Amino acid sequence: MKRSVFGRVWPNATAGVLFAGFVFPVYWMFATAFKPTGDIIAESPVWFPADVTAGHFAKAVDADHFWTLVLNSVTVTVSAVLLSLVIALFAAFALARMRFRGRRGFIVTFMLAQMAPWEVMVIAIYMLVRDNDLLDSLVPLTVFYAIMVLPLTILTLRGYVAAVPKELEESAMVDGCTRTQAFVRVIFPLLAPGLMATSLFGFITAWNEFPLVLILNKDIEKQTLPLWLSQFQTAFGDDWGATMAASSLFALPILVLFIFLQRKAVSGLTDGAVKG
Amino acid sequence: MSVQTEGTDTAGEPAVHKARLPAPPAGGDGGSAPSARRGAAAPYLLLLPALLATLILLGWPLVKNGMLSFQNLNPRQLIQHLTEWNGGDNYREVLTGSDFWHVVERSVVFTAVNVVLIMLLGTLIGLLLARLGKRMRLLLMLGLVLAWAMPVIAATTVYQWLFAQRFGVVNWVLDRLGWHSMADYNWFGSQLSTFSVITLLIVWQSIPFVAINLYAATTTIPRELYEAASLDGAGAWKSFTSVTLPFLRPFLYATTFLEVIWVFKAFPQIFAINEGGPDHLTETLPIYAFVEGVGNQHFGVGAAISFLTVLVLLVITSYYLRMVLKQEEDEL
Repeated sequence: MKRSVFGRVWPNATAGVLFAGFVFPVYWMFATAFKPTGDIIAESPVWFPADVTAGHFAKAVDADHFWTLVLNSVTVTVSAVLLSLVIALFAAFALARMRFRGRRGFIVTFMLAQMAPWEVMVIAIYMLVRDNDLLDSLVPLTVFYAIMVLPLTILTLRGYVAAVPKELEESAMVDGCTRTQAFVRVIFPLLAPGLMATSLFGFITAWNEFPLVLILNKDIEKQTLPLWLSQFQTAFGDDWGATMAASSLFALPILVLFIFLQRKAVSGLTDGAVKG
Repeated sequence: MSVQTEGTDTAGEPAVHKARLPAPPAGGDGGSAPSARRGAAAPYLLLLPALLATLILLGWPLVKNGMLSFQNLNPRQLIQHLTEWNGGDNYREVLTGSDFWHVVERSVVFTAVNVVLIMLLGTLIGLLLARLGKRMRLLLMLGLVLAWAMPVIAATTVYQWLFAQRFGVVNWVLDRLGWHSMADYNWFGSQLSTFSVITLLIVWQSIPFVAINLYAATTTIPRELYEAASLDGAGAWKSFTSVTLPFLRPFLYATTFLEVIWVFKAFPQIFAINEGGPDHLTETLPIYAFVEGVGNQHFGVGAAISFLTVLVLLVITSYYLRMVLKQEEDEL
């Protein structure tokens, strides 16, 4: 089927415009962060910064305990994601592959758990954590972040497990593997892209979480980066250069991770080696 | 992330792991009697960690929250560990006030507008991705992934800067386009304009999830279906409605369900942009609960509102939940 010139041009033109629209806010954040203040508050915007300065970044990193907060954020995020992946993998396997009484009920339970209003349960959580003497600790943060992303992780992984052809598992078992071995040797490697894709959601949720850490951890040594970013904004409200530099620093790890993992995830999803 | 779409995610060969793990026999279907019994317990054992975690870390705070909603709980009671039950006073106060019903109405309209925009534009962009050449597709994907990955708090800050009254790039462009009254426009001064910025932010961040997953789902549609349709004389539109759409339907339902939940519960976007202002006019239910409960320190009232918030969300999503219940029944 031959397409007219117009038919070939408009999808590309639309895609170009859309690309610009989606990227612009991200670009503007980085561009502002590198521009000298004079260019930021120019009467007409400086679209492409000619002079570049690292001053705003220096100001952003200068905050007290900055590196402690970075370490806390990384620790909490990575532990929460790993924890929820492990728990979810067991559950997803059962839900995707096994028949048992109450399966439906479990699925709906996790769908409902997805609706949990975490932001407004902070007071209840505060009281529970306080009564267990765990305020100002990273442990409650980690486990609560893990549980926040658990339902979606289970439901998503279930789709990935179900997509691995059953025949592979069966033939491994015919070849003498137990069900556990079949899972570890055959299904698990095929699930790797699914696990990566699923972990993205966990990373971004845990990295961003804000209301809970605000209420639970008053000790700055135990806080995380979102608090720093929001307090920074209050302190330097009109200093857009420094605020954008702080935002850039906060966003960068997730952006890199996404670009890296998303490609794997999508290619894993589309270039299936064993396509039906 | 694919949400119950049947992606064939099987990259890489099944690597053979030499290390032999001590494998407790999980028992397959059939086999001898004891292993069959163990097999029957296996799914429950596998689900146990997830259930325990959910029960303790979600169930317990929920029950606690339910109890708080029947208490008179202000800073004094909180600090002194006092428990003062006040029956249904909190609920009576919330339900008889006019504020609550306004907020419910606003939340529903807000969710509807956002979800319709997200699903419509997301689907169109997903279909566009399927039509593009390889290079343009990668480029657009890159843009989508960047928008998707922006941490909400950073994104909110950037939007405040884009829409800043002075030196904001949006006002400058509008002014240049001949809309001079927008030169020093304060976007966060009225309800509609604040909501417009929030909607743009949420739609911008949510479209990529729908578009990329929809594109991934279209790649799994067997080509033969299209060939069969064109043999039957179907045009582009007909083959879209008779092949593409039915194939994507489960995906579209599942995604709409998730987006409804995410938009309805959207918290940092609305709170960080203007804290529900101007004059509480952009408070949706979660913000309202937070402002009343944590902000004004009427913790009991906040708990009551949050309980009602979940009820409203359940009502909105009940259609889909019922459908899932029926579907899973058919599957087994």
